[in-house]
Amino acid sequence: MIVYVVQRVLLTGLMLFGLICITFTVSNVAPSDPAALAAGPDATRDMVETVRREYGLDKPIWEQFVRYVSDLARGDFGRSIVSTRAVGTELAQYFPATFELVALAMGLGVLVGVPLGMLSAVYKNRPFDHLVRVFAVSGVALPAFWFGLVLQLTFAAQLELLPTSGRLDIASPPPPPVTRMFLVDSLLAGDWQTFADAFAHAILPAIVLSFPCLASILRVNRAEMVEVLSADYIVAARAHGVSPWRIVAVHALRNAMLPTLAMIGLRYGWMLGSTVLVETVFDWPGIGLYAVSSAIAGDFKPVMGVTLLIGLNFMIANLVVDLLYGWLDPRLRAAQ
Amino acid sequence: MAAAPLLAIHDYRLVFDGFEGTAHVLDGIDLELGAAETLGVVGETGCGKSVLAKSVLRLLPSPPARVVAGSIRFEGVDILAANDRAMRAIRGPRVAMIFQDPATFLNPVFTIGQQLLDVIAAHEREKPKAERRARAAMRAHAVSLLQQVRLPDAEALMGRYPHQLSGGMRQRVLIAMALSGAPALLIADEPTTALDVTIQAQVLRLIADLVRDLGLAVMMISHDLGVVASTCRRVVVMYSGTIVEDAPIARIFAQARHPYTKGLLAAIPTLAGSAAKLSGIAGSIPNLIAPPPGCRFHPRCPLAVERCRAEKPALRDFGGGHRVACHRAEES
Ligand SMILES: Nc1ncnc2c1ncn2[C@@H]1O[C@H](COP(=O)(O)OP(=O)(O)OP(=O)(O)O)[C@@H](O)[C@H]1O
Ligand SMILES: [Mg+2]
Repeated sequence: MIVYVVQRVLLTGLMLFGLICITFTVSNVAPSDPAALAAGPDATRDMVETVRREYGLDKPIWEQFVRYVSDLARGDFGRSIVSTRAVGTELAQYFPATFELVALAMGLGVLVGVPLGMLSAVYKNRPFDHLVRVFAVSGVALPAFWFGLVLQLTFAAQLELLPTSGRLDIASPPPPPVTRMFLVDSLLAGDWQTFADAFAHAILPAIVLSFPCLASILRVNRAEMVEVLSADYIVAARAHGVSPWRIVAVHALRNAMLPTLAMIGLRYGWMLGSTVLVETVFDWPGIGLYAVSSAIAGDFKPVMGVTLLIGLNFMIANLVVDLLYGWLDPRLRAAQ
Repeated sequence: MAAAPLLAIHDYRLVFDGFEGTAHVLDGIDLELGAAETLGVVGETGCGKSVLAKSVLRLLPSPPARVVAGSIRFEGVDILAANDRAMRAIRGPRVAMIFQDPATFLNPVFTIGQQLLDVIAAHEREKPKAERRARAAMRAHAVSLLQQVRLPDAEALMGRYPHQLSGGMRQRVLIAMALSGAPALLIADEPTTALDVTIQAQVLRLIADLVRDLGLAVMMISHDLGVVASTCRRVVVMYSGTIVEDAPIARIFAQARHPYTKGLLAAIPTLAGSAAKLSGIAGSIPNLIAPPPGCRFHPRCPLAVERCRAEKPALRDFGGGHRVACHRAEES
């Protein structure tokens, strides 16, 4: 098991190195003149030369790379041209908002998707299964912005049950920043009112974001469960008198969770990179909006910063999935 | 045979509904089994041996399986009408089953100990609260079961996963699981087919010893009359979902009456005459969706007459526990 863990961690490190090489190439090598790009469109020649020296762009490429990596290690992602603020600071502001949303959506996707998939496998081809199938297909097919608008109209505008948009009520101040995830920070501050407010604001965007993810987790889990439930060892468990629900929820689910986990890891990365529509509809100041507005403004560093951050998250998610895989499936551990 | 048989199957008919039509897999099975009786069930592949075995524990998926007629009673309990609770009180504690391929009948992601304990705990839950054992006692029971099936180093084995065991060890683990509820009837569905020849003999001996020591009734399924002869005192020959002959093992070898049984016997290679030709049974396994009318064996039977094509032969008693389903049984 230890060999397995070390192997996975090393592999993740390698992937991260690869990603850094890519962002380095994109920002420092590929542009015909990165200094001019960094200095901005209106810069004079002198200014460009100053920038070149300041950023070390006149140095040999490997030296630039070493500097790039050591900057990253210190959390220095460069500066945004538009806001002139450090990208690291801006990421620290926007990323927690997105992460909070994605974590909620992921939780919802797993907690609803896995049991629904399991139950539809148990009730295969019965009315319940058909109903769930319709639900899952609409999850994949509904456009996020349309679904978001419909939810806003129904639950916020008509029923007035939930707020329309934003992270908090305008009147309520944000909790003292620790993680900058309002749900966590308000809990840390013991401020239940803010927590409830933040939660109410997060419900609709989390549902919209999680729906396609929930649907695919559900479908994968159902397919796997159907397969596993007809396995010989399930017949044997029944023959030995193990109770039906224990067979489904313990004996079969653990086997079916393996491919489902892979899907969960994939979906996590996919969600992080595709929050922009939901953030737009719900006016959620997250990393998706930040990346898109920076890209439109031709602001390079923030885009690279977001890329690195999302990439890093994806890798961590994959690492966690791999480790869980090893924990769930003894054959993998042994194969090392 | 005792007055009230342990297992009584009467006119049991089972079909599988499929896209191509309805397969008549079991066609009027009549069978009784007494306590501590050892019964072998033989027949060629697809004749319905496994389906019959699984029927006793109601393990067949339905759909596609559908019982058309008949009854199965175990210790007086109507298996076909019993609810899930009643079935759980039977599966394991009263009737246990071991299977053909030990590799696929153990759950790959749980340890041997976890699986064995799970089965023991399931049986424990069927007992009244006061009689239930503590976890430690169940664990001790699990270890003793592994020792009983002659597995070395039982304690360490509890923490191993199925893929770390050999085929013979896995089958022993499955036997231990089957014994965990102290059943009255053990159904063994080709328990040695997937094993090496040397291991086969060991596992067969183990089963035979356990059956004798524990006074179990056993239903040993096989397509090998030799295997059955070494462990059972009585044998039932099946052909295409019907019982064609039922007799004490010695009687089968000495004076089989059904042409199909004779064909089976002729197909056994003997040590002395191993060079002699193997007389197999001509023809192929009959279609179960549109089975031949009358006797299902008649298209392949050397003795078939007009009556065999029209009328299904009943299982007739020839005395001494010998039953034959053949219109021309007297002639042989
Ligand atoms: N779940 C199922 N669905 C549909 N048909 C089935 C199913 N299980 C068994 N059958 C059919 O029932 C018939 C009898 O199968 P069974 O497994 O009892 O044969 P068997 O005598 O055990 O053969 P073998 O010696 O190969 O194990 C076969 O024709 C098989 O195709
Ligand atoms: Mg079989």
